[in-house]
Amino acid sequence: MKNLESKKRYVLPGDFITTAPLRLQDNVVLEGKRIISTTIGLSDVSADSVRVISLNGIYMPKIDDLVIGTIQSIFGNSWFADINSCYQGMLLGQDVFGRGSYPTTSEMKERLDKGDIIFARIANSDRQREPLISIADKNLGKIDSGELIKIPPTKIPRLIGKHGSMIQTIEASTNATITVGQNGFIVVSCDETNGLLKALAAIRMVDEQAHLVDLTDKVKKMLEYNGV
Amino acid sequence: MGGRETDVVLLDENGIRSDGRKVNETRKVTIKVGVLKNADGSAYIEFGGNKILAGVFGPRDVHPKHMSNPDTGILRVRYHMEPFSVSERKNPAPSRREIEISKVLKEALEPAVILEKFPRTAIDVYLEVLQADGGTRCAALDAASVALADAGIPMRDMVCSCAAGKAADTLILDVNNEEDQAGQADMPIGYMPNFGKITLLQLDGVLTTDEFKKCIELGIEGCKQVYEIQKNALREKYFSSGDNN
Repeated sequence: MKNLESKKRYVLPGDFITTAPLRLQDNVVLEGKRIISTTIGLSDVSADSVRVISLNGIYMPKIDDLVIGTIQSIFGNSWFADINSCYQGMLLGQDVFGRGSYPTTSEMKERLDKGDIIFARIANSDRQREPLISIADKNLGKIDSGELIKIPPTKIPRLIGKHGSMIQTIEASTNATITVGQNGFIVVSCDETNGLLKALAAIRMVDEQAHLVDLTDKVKKMLEYNGV
Repeated sequence: MGGRETDVVLLDENGIRSDGRKVNETRKVTIKVGVLKNADGSAYIEFGGNKILAGVFGPRDVHPKHMSNPDTGILRVRYHMEPFSVSERKNPAPSRREIEISKVLKEALEPAVILEKFPRTAIDVYLEVLQADGGTRCAALDAASVALADAGIPMRDMVCSCAAGKAADTLILDVNNEEDQAGQADMPIGYMPNFGKITLLQLDGVLTTDEFKKCIELGIEGCKQVYEIQKNALREKYFSSGDNN
């Protein structure tokens, strides 16, 4: 029985996974002594914790996640960005212009305007207010060029692959630069049109076939085939 | 309370009902998951002659804003019957009955959905009855629960639903339209199978205390049968291909 429980198993909402005491991680609830799945996914019971890897659902901001957002509006001293969640990311003017500065709306517009795409970090996320995002870090900030595409956020780990194997495969064979946000937004930029199209096709393939095994090999084959 | 006069024989001498079922048999139920592209989650159910589409959106911004709750998300359910869902055209404006059913279905789903995770947001469930044949609220609840799971909304349990009732002085499972019109009682039940808790219980008609208890037991048996179909429908979409273990 113990062996069966520790194995990854497909679960639906309400399915019993195992009994307490274990640390509860994602997508599980404790009802009495029973640990129950709250979503459709794969149960993962380790020595001291239990979680369910969700197969669907929206992105929920978590502190230190790197996300891609599109600026939706400027209000007061802040930008509001669509981060593919039920909440908008709030980027404070101080974060860009420095502490103690009070930029005017036109100054803010000049720096980041509606529709601009940013690569940002979730600086704070709590229940009370909109998640705070920050671009004050290395590699963060406005993304000037590239193609923005969207895949379900639950498939992002598959796109990255084990130790980044999948994303490296795609980048290496297409010469594209792929910026992946944990919220499911991806920006692909490439100097050659062919490489861009190939990279986009590969990402779409990952999205469609995320549940299959040996996906990295399949993507590799597809990229090589198209390359000939 | 003998129901309306009818020519239909609700139960013959062999214990077979007007549509050929046994007393403890449900109608044929089929559920399809993910039928709508633009909804976050969706389901289509055929429960005997009932045909119902369910679409779920959210969690998303609440409009009007004053409806939002800073402590928790809110669930909004709209049950609606199409003008062509019944034999005589139904006015598409929400009727008293539809508003009531929307409310009871919302309350039947609320114990299962973990709304506390999404403060200041709303989850919208739209239920469109394309064809009605008695027991639409049960079928709609079944579809709504599957669509919520398909949308990835965290739930403590699925909600399954089935009606039980009384016709020709006999307790029956899954009351159809004729039995509803001419029978003696109709009791829709919503049930959370893993918790063993009832989330919807209505009764139209008269039952003795003993009958009431038996009727609930019978209804829950029906709910459990529907639950298996719900699970299979979700498994078919999510787990049928690829590396099953």
